[in-house]
Amino acid sequence: MMSDADRPLLGVRGLTHDYGGRLGCLDIGFDLWPGEVLGVVGESGSGKTTLLSCLSGRLVPTAGVVEFLTRDGTVVDVLRMSETARRRVARTDWGMVHQNPRDGLRMNVTAGANVGERLMAVGARHYGQIRAAALEWLGHVEIASDRVDDLPRTFSGGMQQRLQIARNLVTRPRLVFMDEPTGGLDVSVQARLLDLLRSLVAELGLSAIVVTHDLAVTRLLTHRLLVLRRGEVVESGLTDQVLDDPQHPYTQLLVSSVLHP
Amino acid sequence: MSEYNFAFLDEQSKRMIRRAILKAVAIPGYQVPFGSREMPLSYGWGTGGVQVTASVIGPTDVLKVIDQGADDTTNAVSIRQFFARTTGVRTTERTDEATLIQTRHRIPETPLSADQILVLQVPIPEPLRWLEPRETETRLMHALEEYGAMWVRLYEDITRSGHVEAAYDYPVVVNDRYLMRPSPIPKFDNPKLDRSPALLLFGAGREKRIYAVPPHTPVKSLDFDDYPFTVETWGEPCALCGATGVFLDEIVVDDKGGRMFVCSDTDFCGRRRAGDGARRS
Repeated sequence: MMSDADRPLLGVRGLTHDYGGRLGCLDIGFDLWPGEVLGVVGESGSGKTTLLSCLSGRLVPTAGVVEFLTRDGTVVDVLRMSETARRRVARTDWGMVHQNPRDGLRMNVTAGANVGERLMAVGARHYGQIRAAALEWLGHVEIASDRVDDLPRTFSGGMQQRLQIARNLVTRPRLVFMDEPTGGLDVSVQARLLDLLRSLVAELGLSAIVVTHDLAVTRLLTHRLLVLRRGEVVESGLTDQVLDDPQHPYTQLLVSSVLHP
Repeated sequence: MSEYNFAFLDEQSKRMIRRAILKAVAIPGYQVPFGSREMPLSYGWGTGGVQVTASVIGPTDVLKVIDQGADDTTNAVSIRQFFARTTGVRTTERTDEATLIQTRHRIPETPLSADQILVLQVPIPEPLRWLEPRETETRLMHALEEYGAMWVRLYEDITRSGHVEAAYDYPVVVNDRYLMRPSPIPKFDNPKLDRSPALLLFGAGREKRIYAVPPHTPVKSLDFDDYPFTVETWGEPCALCGATGVFLDEIVVDDKGGRMFVCSDTDFCGRRRAGDGARRS
């Protein structure tokens, strides 16, 4: 009997998506281990977001298998399970951080309700406890507790992004999908957010898949890297190894394109 | 009477509506779509309720029609006359005599019994409508029992005003499964839905939906453990009949701030004053 630490959290085999003649992604396979942060890099249109949508079951790929190890130690087939079961897994074991916080937040309800929503969706029915959990998580993401009853639209971009993270982490998911988590933020806010994400990932033992075009983000945050080009993985390996010693011409181009002030 | 079919609707339409009602009874709280017909009254005046009543009424039924608790308001009078003319059934204002009661905004104070059917008029059947505008999405939410959005609303209400703001049309869960709008009855009437011995039918004509609470089905008003569901109370009894623990309407009696509180259920109040021993629910 293997323990959970010896089994991959997410196993992906032969994942292919064809947008009717245009390729989304082709034959992608990897294992994600508990506590590991995987970066997916590539230029715009290389299939990063398609891959993320397929993995989280929001888009049904043309071919391939995505297997997820749930909390109770069973392996489920994400693409073939029922919608009910998939949404249950998505609510409890997964998180999804969108690039634009407006996609991931309810802008017309308070920060507290935003954080509490997942708890209520899985059955929390005690207002005081929900509110206490919301306050605790606002603290984790460095939002002052007196903002709990404010609407997210009164928050700055960086705060909205942190609120989105709190909203996702409140049910203690084990796998978080992040789509350009620092896109659209200015650099000093980016640095703080990365710092926060790094400490949360380490503290909670989260696994994460981070899609980005920003190589600096992957350097700071991710352990392993997949380089995507036209829907195919052209290079993969440890982040530092890929960035310091890129083998594939496209990766070399990508790394050398980064500007240094 | 020869100008109209019995109860105005043609037999095929009634059969279609009865099929929808049977399905609604089989799945308590589920909104069954049906082919709503044009009725000789405008939308918002009870076209859904009228169609349900027309489909279940028989020659031996005794009909009562309520509007906001009263039997003598325009809406109640015209619907009662409509069925009296098109069916010839006996009508009544007494809750305990009626076998079929069509109502808007109230459930009678006199407890209903197992041989009665209550038909409620529904303006908007979808409890998630103001939270999610897409019909396709709300249907999916019902199918997957995803009611987190409604709980977010209750949370917001408590955060803003310290209590759930809904005073009428207070959301309920039927048989531990479907979220349901009880139609715009005051939340005072919500406990009467729970395990009611009478069959409760809900008809929405414009929205083309029928749903039902079969007899003895559990109906729970949504609440938080630390903010339990409560109903309205009044500091004074009915000014006419002296009843307490019933739903009272506020009536302005002059232009100097004078007001009185009286029973909203006119039949209940009238019979108490006549010493007819109407029981309190």
